[in-house]
Amino acid sequence: MSSQVDERSAESTRSPEGKDRAQYGVCAFLALLGAAVIVDGLGIRHLTSTTDPVGPRTVPVILGVLLLVVAAVYAVDVARGGRGEPEAGEDVDLSQGSDWRTVLLLIVAFLVNAVLIERLGWVISGTLLFWGTAFALGNRHYVRNLAIAVALSLITFYAFAIGLGVNLPAGVLQGIL
Amino acid sequence: MENLNHLMQGFEDVVAPMNLLLALIGVVIGTAVGVLPGIGPAMTVALLLPITYGMEPVQAFIMFAGIFYGGMYGGSTTSILLNTPGESSSVVTAIEGNKMAKAGRAAQALATAAIGSFVAGTIGTLLLVLVTPFVVEFAVSLGAPDYFALMLLAFVAVTSVLGSSRIRGLISLLLGLTIGVVGIDAVSGQQRLTLGIPQLADGIDVVVVAVGIFAVGEALWVAAHLRRKPAEVTPVGRPWMGAGDWKRSWRPWLRGTAYGFPFGALPAGGAEIPTFLSYATERRLTKHPEEFGKGAIEGVAGPEAANNASAAGTLVPMLALGLPANATAAVMLAAFQMHGIQPGPLLFERETALVWALIASLFIGNLLLLLLNLPLAPTWAKLLRIPRPYLYAGILFFASMGAYAVNAQPVDLFVLLVLGLLGFAMRRFGLPVLPLIVGVILGPRAELQGRRSLQLSGGELSGLVGGPVSYAVYTTVVLMLAWPLIRRFVVRPLRAARRA
Repeated sequence: MSSQVDERSAESTRSPEGKDRAQYGVCAFLALLGAAVIVDGLGIRHLTSTTDPVGPRTVPVILGVLLLVVAAVYAVDVARGGRGEPEAGEDVDLSQGSDWRTVLLLIVAFLVNAVLIERLGWVISGTLLFWGTAFALGNRHYVRNLAIAVALSLITFYAFAIGLGVNLPAGVLQGIL
Repeated sequence: MENLNHLMQGFEDVVAPMNLLLALIGVVIGTAVGVLPGIGPAMTVALLLPITYGMEPVQAFIMFAGIFYGGMYGGSTTSILLNTPGESSSVVTAIEGNKMAKAGRAAQALATAAIGSFVAGTIGTLLLVLVTPFVVEFAVSLGAPDYFALMLLAFVAVTSVLGSSRIRGLISLLLGLTIGVVGIDAVSGQQRLTLGIPQLADGIDVVVVAVGIFAVGEALWVAAHLRRKPAEVTPVGRPWMGAGDWKRSWRPWLRGTAYGFPFGALPAGGAEIPTFLSYATERRLTKHPEEFGKGAIEGVAGPEAANNASAAGTLVPMLALGLPANATAAVMLAAFQMHGIQPGPLLFERETALVWALIASLFIGNLLLLLLNLPLAPTWAKLLRIPRPYLYAGILFFASMGAYAVNAQPVDLFVLLVLGLLGFAMRRFGLPVLPLIVGVILGPRAELQGRRSLQLSGGELSGLVGGPVSYAVYTTVVLMLAWPLIRRFVVRPLRAARRA
């Protein structure tokens, strides 16, 4: 059963025209990761005892070696024209290239939240996060979005942090909320 | 008999008004979130985890059972009304389901899916009650080498049986195992791959990994390829079925259940194979072959039942052995660990009340789902029209909240972003995400069991081979790995010889 699936997709993903060269980047990443894991593994003090004859080093070193091997095998697969099918989905349109501007804006909004969450508190940073991501995704109803963002942040803060005891920081609004 | 008493006790726990309310809330939000386009059952469970952080474990899992089935049902609604299934398990439902919807029979498609899910879910949960004690009894006798072998089997299964490309599955698994190594080694107390960041000493939380790979990765991936015009939603009335539809549905429901449960219960089963088998069977047995490909109700009833029965089946290895076989079970396992509970044979002894309350709430959640979804389907269908910027902004918002709340440390948000970018890259390069999640969850436990086995043998590799169980498991592993070779050099020549 398994190999049926294997072969069928292997044939269909191996298109003669044009390799997906970006996959070599993945190979490089895997090789670097493998090397890093080995270096980190060898840097661990080799502690073995009668209760633990394996020690903490063995598994990372094995993993690192496997990562290197897999990087090489993957490179061979890519060179032979293998490619992975990009994931399709309800809202995904693969006929166009990637929209990097949107992705970058999303990352910025995400990082703003990560940096500010403890200082300003979830209500403010969460508002910025929702408003910023909606903006990044192309919504231009600035005022309406702000209202939704504030409402969402307040509702989640009261429901989760105060109602359910989930850890969300109040930040500068401590004592006001 | 003893288990029956436990189950009755479980029901008693669940029908307490407060717990019933929690189950109801779980079903409603599980369905509501699961219906949203782009959100499959696994992501639904991952995103809704934070709701249960502050609860007692029993309450948390009562709610979880509702979320679990609600998310499953929501996913099939999406695939019927939008023809773009969120998960591979509902691909088959979409084939006939969307054709039915386009032909003006959306109400009947949703009804047969809802009732079929109920039938399959109920039978599946019953089978779970019957089968699990035996698996537990078997599992109690297993030693560290057997567990190590079973985990290897799970690794091999998710990388080479499921999914299309072995090398890509293996890459995903290794990335997951590497993430699993991060933190302080449980045996020796040495820091590994922590990059000197103190917050990483406790390791990267599985919840953060699941939310990062499923939710953030998906949101970033879709954002980069957002369709300008959202897909069209077929309008839907209140689901109902005529007598003819019932007559054509009940056998497919039962056959689908019979396919789904055993596959789900295997450590490598999943829902893809049984749903395809069920579709093929119904197509062969139907009295209306002309309707297949144009919207045959059997083609929705069977696969949908298979899908739900397999979901119930996955809970057997998940609860009894602690082995997750699909993404949703993996996230459920993460939820258990989040509450400090380790699934496995001892779970039934140590947490008797919890387990049986969970199983009882699976029954109740299933019933609530049926009662709710028949009247509420038109409302759920409206959720499909949510403006996409709000949908994906909402996903990132709740993902950030959930990931932060796990440990209340901002570092997790940076980790979440890195994992989200990893999830993005995996979608771009067609790397499956399930092996990664399984690797993160089982990797550390496999290492522990392996080291324990070698400790017993004083470091001799022979310690990894225990009793007959590990022999059987290793044989299966070898067969799975060697299958392409066996096929090429044994099966095909044999077939060719027979043909000649």
